[in-house]
Amino acid sequence: MKRSKNRFVNYIIVLVFFAVFQILLSTGTLSSLLKGQLIPIVSYMIMAVSLNLVVGISGELSLGHAGFMSVGAFTGVIVEAALLSKMDPSALNGNMGMQMMILAVAIVIGAAVAAVAGFLIGIPVLRLNGDYLAIVTLAFGEIIKNLLYCLYVYIDDRGLHFSLDPNSLNGTTVLNGPMGALGIKKISTFAAGCVLLLIVLFIIQNLINSKSGRAIMAIRDNRIAAEASGLHVTKYKLMAFVTSAAMAGAAGALYALNYSTIVPKKFDFNTSILVLVFVVLGGIGNMTGSLIAAALLTVLPEMLREFSTYRMLIYAIVLITVMLLTNNAKFKAFLNGPFHKEKKEGKE
Amino acid sequence: MLTYLINGISLGSVYAIIALGYTMVYGIAKMLNFAHGDIIMVGGYASFCAMSYLGWPPAVAVLFSIGVCTVLGIVIERLAYKPLRSATSLAVLITAIGVSYFLQNVALLVWTSNPKVYPNIFEKIPPITVGEAQVSGVTMVTILANIVIMIALTLFTGKTRMGKAMRAVSEDKGAATLMGINVNFTISMTFAIGSGLAAIAGVLLCTAYPNLVPTTGAMPGIKAFVAAVFGGIGSIPGAMIGGILLGVIEIVARALVPDVPSDIFVFAVLIIVLLVKPSGLLGKTVREKV
Amino acid sequence: MSDIKVVEKPGPFTEEEKKLVNVPSDTFVTERDKDKPLVLETRHLGIDFGGLTAVDEFNIGIGATEITGLIGPNGAGKTTVFNLLTKVYEPTRGTILLNGVDTHGMNPASVNKAGIARTFQNIRLFDKLTVEENVKIGLHNRTDYGMFTGIFRLPKYWKEEKKSHEIALELLDIFGMADQADVRADSLPYGAQRRLEIVRALATDPKILLLDEPAAGMNPSETEELMKNIAKIRDTFGIAVMLIEHDMKLVMGICEVIAVLNFGKIIAKGTPTEIRNNPQVIEAYLGSKKDE
Repeated sequence: MKRSKNRFVNYIIVLVFFAVFQILLSTGTLSSLLKGQLIPIVSYMIMAVSLNLVVGISGELSLGHAGFMSVGAFTGVIVEAALLSKMDPSALNGNMGMQMMILAVAIVIGAAVAAVAGFLIGIPVLRLNGDYLAIVTLAFGEIIKNLLYCLYVYIDDRGLHFSLDPNSLNGTTVLNGPMGALGIKKISTFAAGCVLLLIVLFIIQNLINSKSGRAIMAIRDNRIAAEASGLHVTKYKLMAFVTSAAMAGAAGALYALNYSTIVPKKFDFNTSILVLVFVVLGGIGNMTGSLIAAALLTVLPEMLREFSTYRMLIYAIVLITVMLLTNNAKFKAFLNGPFHKEKKEGKE
Repeated sequence: MLTYLINGISLGSVYAIIALGYTMVYGIAKMLNFAHGDIIMVGGYASFCAMSYLGWPPAVAVLFSIGVCTVLGIVIERLAYKPLRSATSLAVLITAIGVSYFLQNVALLVWTSNPKVYPNIFEKIPPITVGEAQVSGVTMVTILANIVIMIALTLFTGKTRMGKAMRAVSEDKGAATLMGINVNFTISMTFAIGSGLAAIAGVLLCTAYPNLVPTTGAMPGIKAFVAAVFGGIGSIPGAMIGGILLGVIEIVARALVPDVPSDIFVFAVLIIVLLVKPSGLLGKTVREKV
Repeated sequence: MSDIKVVEKPGPFTEEEKKLVNVPSDTFVTERDKDKPLVLETRHLGIDFGGLTAVDEFNIGIGATEITGLIGPNGAGKTTVFNLLTKVYEPTRGTILLNGVDTHGMNPASVNKAGIARTFQNIRLFDKLTVEENVKIGLHNRTDYGMFTGIFRLPKYWKEEKKSHEIALELLDIFGMADQADVRADSLPYGAQRRLEIVRALATDPKILLLDEPAAGMNPSETEELMKNIAKIRDTFGIAVMLIEHDMKLVMGICEVIAVLNFGKIIAKGTPTEIRNNPQVIEAYLGSKKDE
């Protein structure tokens, strides 16, 4: 089966990607610009494959994926701050093991909280179909962003505090409403990101090739027939949605802990669309494509700085062109042209 | 309180005019035209340029911007949506998002991200006082425009040949074709009308909130869609009621709970409506044929 | 979990066994089923669509291994009956008893688990999945492992997947489709798609199989083949079959009981011979002489 073979291709791609950049890093030939992009690239790769699980495998258009990323990101930041506040500030210096430990905890809790958010949002959202579902995910993405605008978190002697009132800030500020998180200790590493990406791929691909994944795809292809075959539709839609949210949360934590400050606005509708562009360009349902598209489209604009003003414009044009080319019956026929036989039509 | 209510109705009227465009396009082409909000922005810029750079009088500038948007609507439909008539709704929606991004980024290149200050074209209309509240010229014009458009559209879809053709196409494209209706032309006309309305909405919106940037249309566009869903997508009076209710909710929420962004309430309304009555206030439920 | 349950060769049945007899619950079944409980029974079943009555007073009882035909003019409500039985629509009134269990409050998935499987008039396959995967969806509730086992590929995963692979091929073999297991469902020819839908329905291990126009779009030789296969399915699995069909050759050829529906109501029930000679049925199909 084609799908199972692709699985190993994806692991190899990630390993090669890691090896190449690790070598470039250690030999110091990597420009500082690109160096700073490595972790964001990996984060977006995770975002792309996780969104592809919802869009390609489950067949639902989610326009609020960045919302889950931000839930993971700010949860990760809070977890890190809480853990660090309990230890000697110098304990982290040079202690890679400790650093990875904190990162892992932050990512896992970030993923878990994002999964809970995905579950809470998924229950109402997944009762809807098509365009309505898309617009409601967009609404939830905006709600998450707006909620973060009014969330204030600080640590004082008595521990971690959450508040909606900016004036209550006291001790060390962790989250400052619209200003976002400040003074994050950068603990994400490229290697850790690649490991996370491999884990995410492992989970998604094995899920797709199991009975649950089959059920998710069957529901995508024909919901009514899936129900008539005894499948519990909401359960499997929710499974894909929550899994995807958890992965976006993990990506968010990885991403946030690579910067010293991060604002909620970073994860707005535009970010959701950006990830959607990766998925669409890589091919809906095609994980390898998502990986490559996410990597290239994050790296290329950085390398072609002078064109940066045209970047989003080019994305828009590419998005439209790809959709037109892949969905227009006439063009498809033209592509298949003399080399392929026309697919047999439904009725004889 | 009365002031909030009037401001809410005014903002809601803008949403309603935009929502009418959404609802008509959705009803007939069965697609969510995500770029609809950005046509508002184009309408705003077109009228702004006509007035500020070419020195045209406001009335001419408004007509010019309606013309620009109408043509733009038709062109977008022809180039981007028509080839996807038989594609999945996922593909169409992604394309529409692409168009929305395209318009925003072209606007960004042409007019930069520096906000343009839109002139108050209704400043000559004296404000009137209703009880304790002062109603400005733009507020009155907006509410009036909404009522006129609403009546005109109802008459148009109900009485004219074109309007009947539109309703026929929205019911069943195949059957409409067999009855000799030119479906492609009808859909183009729908886009033209929707985009023309968006231009009017753009002028009204920019007059009320004079900061014009390339993303001006995005949020009102999404909220207008919320309004259309609220009222029942496909229904003209539904769009109007949904729009006004949403405007009032937004303004009142902003006044009562200033600490919490009012968008939260707007979107919460959408979610609640879709869960309680997915077909909206005045919409009809459609069963999937098995 | 269960493998395919093959009944000790119950058929082909003799003419004696096919004779209809009355059973207590005011219906009739074949002689051989008379001591077994009815697989499906409906009482006063009906549904209204916004004031319009689509189906009314639909009463039927189906014996455990009976092949029943549901016929009637276009728009008579035949598919609506299937949609009611499989809970695509919730009935407005009446009761459906599946193996004696009231299906009130069940959803399409749970009535399927309770023993009813169906095919659709307009084919509904999982287009982008392979033929084998389509059948495996039917086997879903018989494949016993969860999400976690699937992701981490625990031994149970391999065992259960192997089992469902084998059953899938075995089921496909009934229609001689085992060699097409790896083909994508939407690239199958029309007739094969219809057959695949039947296999998928069978895979859910039903007590009764509902076939909605199984011969539609098939040529005479394919129809002939289908008739044999429907009988074979009933004989092999010992289940009941209820089918909607316009091809009278097929209906009269394999159905033991036929119910005729017109304007949402059963106007006649009986053996093929009885139905063929029933004046009301002839009127429903050909129109009343008085109208002319």
